[in-house]
Amino acid sequence: MTALSAQRTAALRRKARRRSVRRHWQLYLLLVLPVAYFVIFQYIPMANNVIAFKDYSVVEGIWGSPWAGFDHFERFFANPVAWDLIRNTLVLSLYGFLAGFPIPIILALALNEVRARFFKRTVQMVTYAPHFISTVIVVSMLILIFSPRIGFMSDFLGFFGMSSNLLADPDAFRSVYVWSDVWQTAGYSAIIYMAALAGIDPSLYEAARLDGASRLRKIWHVDLPGIAPTVVVVMVLSVGSIMAIGFEKAFLLQNPLNLSTSEIIATYTYKIGLLNADFSLATAVGLFNSVINLILLLAVNTVSKRVTGNGLW
Amino acid sequence: MTIETAAPQAPPQTPPPRRPRRRRGNQVQDTRVDRVFMVGVYILLCTFLLVVLVPLLNIVASSFSSPAAVSSGRVLLWPVEFSLVGYEAVLSNKAILTGFGNSLFYAGVGTLVSVALTVMIAYPLSRSELVGRKVLIGGVLFTMLFSGGLIPTYMVVRALGLLDTRWAIILPSAIAAWQVLIAMTFFRTSIPGELYEAAQLDGTSDLRFLWSVVLPLSKPLLAVIALMYGIGQWNSYFSALIYLRSEDLYPLQLVLRDLLIVNNTGGTNLADQLAAQQMADLMKFSLIVVSTVPVLLVYPFVARHFTKGVMLGSVKG
Repeated sequence: MTALSAQRTAALRRKARRRSVRRHWQLYLLLVLPVAYFVIFQYIPMANNVIAFKDYSVVEGIWGSPWAGFDHFERFFANPVAWDLIRNTLVLSLYGFLAGFPIPIILALALNEVRARFFKRTVQMVTYAPHFISTVIVVSMLILIFSPRIGFMSDFLGFFGMSSNLLADPDAFRSVYVWSDVWQTAGYSAIIYMAALAGIDPSLYEAARLDGASRLRKIWHVDLPGIAPTVVVVMVLSVGSIMAIGFEKAFLLQNPLNLSTSEIIATYTYKIGLLNADFSLATAVGLFNSVINLILLLAVNTVSKRVTGNGLW
Repeated sequence: MTIETAAPQAPPQTPPPRRPRRRRGNQVQDTRVDRVFMVGVYILLCTFLLVVLVPLLNIVASSFSSPAAVSSGRVLLWPVEFSLVGYEAVLSNKAILTGFGNSLFYAGVGTLVSVALTVMIAYPLSRSELVGRKVLIGGVLFTMLFSGGLIPTYMVVRALGLLDTRWAIILPSAIAAWQVLIAMTFFRTSIPGELYEAAQLDGTSDLRFLWSVVLPLSKPLLAVIALMYGIGQWNSYFSALIYLRSEDLYPLQLVLRDLLIVNNTGGTNLADQLAAQQMADLMKFSLIVVSTVPVLLVYPFVARHFTKGVMLGSVKG
């Protein structure tokens, strides 16, 4: 009897679903173009990654080209450059994470203590602004500001006895990259923590006040636990994208002098793929990068869920 | 310990008129430790403010200075030997003007296409009766975790015959999964269910309901995603770098890259070279200001909305 009624409800549900689809056909019509976009520009490229395992030639096309197995991956790792690229990519992102992750939190906590509305708004407005400046402009500003001839920062650095031409110095590349990133994004990244801070139950502050907690203790016992879930999510996202460091800025900051630290996987893929037209090798390198990245993200998310109970999903 | 001893002594010391002191919100009465702490907070924030502000001011001040002053690095925060020749040079440069026009086109048309497509996918996904909703949302989210990569995407664009056309700038990056999430969350949480029920009783069609009820109620959302797409498009150079060959299609950012970073300036003869060099230096500063102005013009009006957008995104987590 239960089996029978289960069958009947399933049939009824199917029928109701068919009726709902017929009634709301317009919703499905809306979906046609966006779904086509995702198929054409997101999922077909994913499928095109198959050329990483083939000897791609334009004449034979993607599916006609002969299989090559893992040849291109072996070719990449046999090249001593490969390990430099991987190291450059990892060091740059780790450095970026260590510098870029805590600063927005500190900024948000500090802003949250300020009661003078005008001051608070000014700091917010000014520190968000660089987020809206393009990468090309930020890199141009760096080049101009650190130019030994024109820039005011090179005088400043010279005063502390540092190298005056920072942008040609491979040892300085990472710091220039990371700290200009902090300059550009810290204010904007603080918004998400400000939102989390605004959502903390006011009664907790009231309780802290009655207990005579100092501001510092209040931050430690109320603010930090309050924003912890947000912090974890942001941390998972940034650790998970450690190999996905962007092409745009590294490419613009590159010059023949700093190439030993500024060549990362993304810029290398561009060069061998589009400039040398070695599509299969470039795709193999890119795929290696994406897969490592996906694994990292999944691993970090799992660990974070075990340890803190918070994760992306 | 000092606090404990101070507390019982406080009432006799405080004169009666001080009692009705107003406290705002959850403001905590500051002790001496707290006051020291607050000084630290203000110093920290002021430092941060200066670090962000000084480079920007230096660029603006330089752009209004004379070529010689800029070239010898004499400008700090205020124009030296005020002049507008940098701007004159920028505004009479053909490549820059073409790039400016192209970028306006890409940002304008691109934003329209992107917003339309985003609403077209986010609205149906926000409706629980949609069959296959979970699968579709999963499909959108997966593109945030894993992407096809540079060359595989390039091959699709090439196969479609879009290389070196304006569509190559607009179509491949038309929808951002993040914006779909934001829009979906907004539709689900901010459009009252009663409106939908009433519309159903009236026999209003889904499209009609979307057009005359949902969209008018979603103006803040539309503003946020339009500006995010618009500014993103205005600031990007990567798709132009890989997909475009013809210089008359170049967006401003690519023109800027050639002028500011790749740096192909130079005088024709020795006598002109110094002047050309100085002018080229100055032009860079003016160029930075000119190309950032459109974004900074809209910025104050949208900063509030952007904050909202970030928060909308964070609701989903």
